[in-house]
Amino acid sequence: MSSAGPASGCDAPPVGVDGILRERGQREVFCGLTGIIWLHRKIQDAFFLVVGSRTCAHLLQSAAGVMVFAEPRFGTAIIEEKDLAGLADANEELDRVVNRLLARRPDIKLLFLVGSCPSEVIKLDLSRAAQRLNGRFSPNVRVLNYSGSGIETTFTQGEDACLSALVPDLAFSDEKQLMIVGSLPDIVEDQLTRLLGDLGISKVVSLPARKAGQMPGVGPNTKYLLAQPFLAETGTALDKRGAEHLLALFPFGAEGTTAWLHAAAQAFGVPEARFEQVIAGPRERARKGLALYREKLAGKRIFFMPDSQLEVPLARFLAGELGMELVEVGTPYLHKGHLIDELAALPPGTMISEGQDVDKQLDRVRAARPDLTVCGLGLANPLEKEGLSTKWAIELVFSPIHGYEQAGDLAELFSRPLHRRDLLRV
Amino acid sequence: MQLTVWTYEGPPHVGAMRVATGMRDLHYVLHAPQGDTYADLLFTMIERRDHRPPVTYTTFQARDLGKDTAELFKTAARDAYDRFQPQAMIVGSSCTAELIQDDPHGLSLTMGLPCPVIPLELPSYSRKENWGASETFYQIVRTLADKERKPLPAVGENGPRRPRANLLGPTALGFRHRDDVAEITRLLGDLGIDVNLVAPMGSSPADIAGIGEADFNICLYPEIAAQACSWLERTFRQKTVKTVPIGLLATREFVSEVCAVAGLPVPTDLDQGRMGWWSRSIDSTYLTGKRVFIFGDGTHAVAAARVASEELGFKVVGLGCYNREFAREVRAAAEKYGVEPLISDDYLAVEEAIEAAAPELVLGTQMERHIAKRLRLPCAVISAPVHVQDFPARHSPQMGFEGANVLFDTWVHPLVMGLEEHLLTMFREDFEFSDAAGPSHLGHASAPAAHAAPAAEQAEGEVATMTAPAPAPAEEGGWTPEALAELGKIPFFVRGKARRNTERYAAEHGVTTITRETLYEAKSHYAR
Repeated sequence: MSSAGPASGCDAPPVGVDGILRERGQREVFCGLTGIIWLHRKIQDAFFLVVGSRTCAHLLQSAAGVMVFAEPRFGTAIIEEKDLAGLADANEELDRVVNRLLARRPDIKLLFLVGSCPSEVIKLDLSRAAQRLNGRFSPNVRVLNYSGSGIETTFTQGEDACLSALVPDLAFSDEKQLMIVGSLPDIVEDQLTRLLGDLGISKVVSLPARKAGQMPGVGPNTKYLLAQPFLAETGTALDKRGAEHLLALFPFGAEGTTAWLHAAAQAFGVPEARFEQVIAGPRERARKGLALYREKLAGKRIFFMPDSQLEVPLARFLAGELGMELVEVGTPYLHKGHLIDELAALPPGTMISEGQDVDKQLDRVRAARPDLTVCGLGLANPLEKEGLSTKWAIELVFSPIHGYEQAGDLAELFSRPLHRRDLLRV
Repeated sequence: MQLTVWTYEGPPHVGAMRVATGMRDLHYVLHAPQGDTYADLLFTMIERRDHRPPVTYTTFQARDLGKDTAELFKTAARDAYDRFQPQAMIVGSSCTAELIQDDPHGLSLTMGLPCPVIPLELPSYSRKENWGASETFYQIVRTLADKERKPLPAVGENGPRRPRANLLGPTALGFRHRDDVAEITRLLGDLGIDVNLVAPMGSSPADIAGIGEADFNICLYPEIAAQACSWLERTFRQKTVKTVPIGLLATREFVSEVCAVAGLPVPTDLDQGRMGWWSRSIDSTYLTGKRVFIFGDGTHAVAAARVASEELGFKVVGLGCYNREFAREVRAAAEKYGVEPLISDDYLAVEEAIEAAAPELVLGTQMERHIAKRLRLPCAVISAPVHVQDFPARHSPQMGFEGANVLFDTWVHPLVMGLEEHLLTMFREDFEFSDAAGPSHLGHASAPAAHAAPAAEQAEGEVATMTAPAPAPAEEGGWTPEALAELGKIPFFVRGKARRNTERYAAEHGVTTITRETLYEAKSHYAR
């Protein structure tokens, strides 16, 4: 194999006026369907039915790795040749599949029809299908739709599409409340909710909720904090419902978490003294946890390949709280609006790239020889073979990394590959 | 539309990737949307490959659809050639690109690329991974084989030369292909036969050009190589060795067939490994009649059924495959063992069939391994789809005499061993052997099931716990509490059989309440 073959050279990359390099070429990223892997675990009575091809089913299975459940709450309605012949028949087929599925799974209360590349290209209208099926299954099962296709979404944008499909469906609520937006591991969600409660914010809700029937209401007295940096559409949808976005750093590391909580505290009129009193303990714990890793990571050079849109906030955390040096921060998509604070907190002159031309980017990795490269699973072993330490980006999406109590764990994820490299004598 | 939870095979372009990734100096330009690059991780993670698969994806997005996706393809193909300088390229579409009909073949023809370009038509909405691999290999062979290159004369200047064979079918991400090739190459060497070419695995397009220089072909994996072999037979008059050497008997037959085709005497002094004696030795007596359910790709499933039945003395209680293309072979074998063939790629249907057959051992794929875990049955993996565990660091072939040794070990070790079985019966009152402890050889999967013993019974102390049956309502299935308690005293590895026999006896004899008496009447009835 010659993938490491003659390089075409490092042409000076085209950097835009804003200092951001934008590339278009082969993108080595997941599509939005991948989000189903964590979303179906978060919403415990939801089923995700991908309307797609065998490739979609194969992707879900491969991304899920060893997590083979008896009957997972996701599946694929695989489009076959006869479905391509006539769309009327495709709709009938889809109804048949959904009937069979819901008959088999009476525990399902929320069904997402998830669009894929082939369903988008043949223009199978899943919003109409959802309407039609709601007519039949309401009120027992709510049917919604969104697209997780690779032509429209990159990896975590699948969650954005899913949540923004939920927003118009949320009940109206006039109550004064704080909404945490973005699916977090339950334990992290509970920690953050507890802290916000301790600050004196009387009602804290989460989107998504853990059960379909418990989705929060929304209205003009809702203020929301994004827990994830990839929720552009969801934010817009919430704005339309009258909710108010509290712009902040994302809750990674001691400082990120403090800033995030502080934005809520300010919006809800929490006195500074109270804020300090509530967060002092956990913030100290987080700092202590980080100190351990700062020693190991300070001065180490890190390169982010684009993956989850978590790159910019994580780079800010690694540079600011652990003293790492940022070689390049690649992101599949840069939502500048939600990242204003994050971008401002990066060291001046940080090289940011949006989009990807994977072979050219790998040339830059090889030229820079960073101490650590954060990349997808398809690239990790090949880079390791070239003597470059890597961190699987997907672990950052699947692991609990938000908030004070996880700050040390997050640092550990970056330190482990380096530690291992020092440890091994083989 | 087909509702799918888990799939046995990927789409056909993944089959093409398996061929391309197995080869050297070949590059695949795949017209595909963003996201289809996930397939790379199958190779880099499952197989731990230290290079990226030689695949360039166009990764088009919605915004490209309105413009010129064809131009995108041409740019990708040109850049791929410039960067990787392959000896040949294969070009094609994944499922979504198939719908937008950009015709990668026609486009690549107009580009005047300085290497052979092989177009692939892989219909994604009707075909699957194995078919894709087979078609890709066939197209590569057909395009690249140099028809002028024939075998050297049997007798050259230095006297008669050794016969030469091609080993065809192994790919990247194949189930033990790496080790099978090593094993069969060594076996052929012992027979006095040289390997002309192993393909697709390890070969370059230039190597494929010389495929005609072999005297004959060995079709190691019919799922992938049968089509190419049959074309080679027609084109080069190369004979095909069709016996797949999985198992001791099949390997012996393979040796005979190879020697006949090569015009060599069958050696009498071949080292045939230990499998035969291991199976005849007295400790293996307990293997007799073990109920085994077999599921996999057609070739591996049929081979496994024969090994199970004729070489280990198991009883085949279920046989099936997920690849319809080999349904005929599986049906014929199923008839031989008197079981209903299961031709299905519906994971849930396979699970139901396994549950209904109540086997003592499952031989399947990674999917059946998970089913077996849930049903708390021992299991060994015999076939793709593969898992990181199917790429062991050690040499572990399925084929040849060493492969037969491996089969013996990997199928028998999950079972309770012979002498161990007697000891279990003797000491079953001891706490280690109680239900609550679970069978030790099943590892984590044997953690006591949630229903193992209610708290009240556990509170009564160890004695109650260790002899307690899986408690059930007194009238469940017509069993009285006494009968259930008695059933619980039967060692767990035969308890299922005892339960089934008793219930069948009761049903056949119109017994509505199963008592302790019924249990023993059934026992004597079936002992006759």
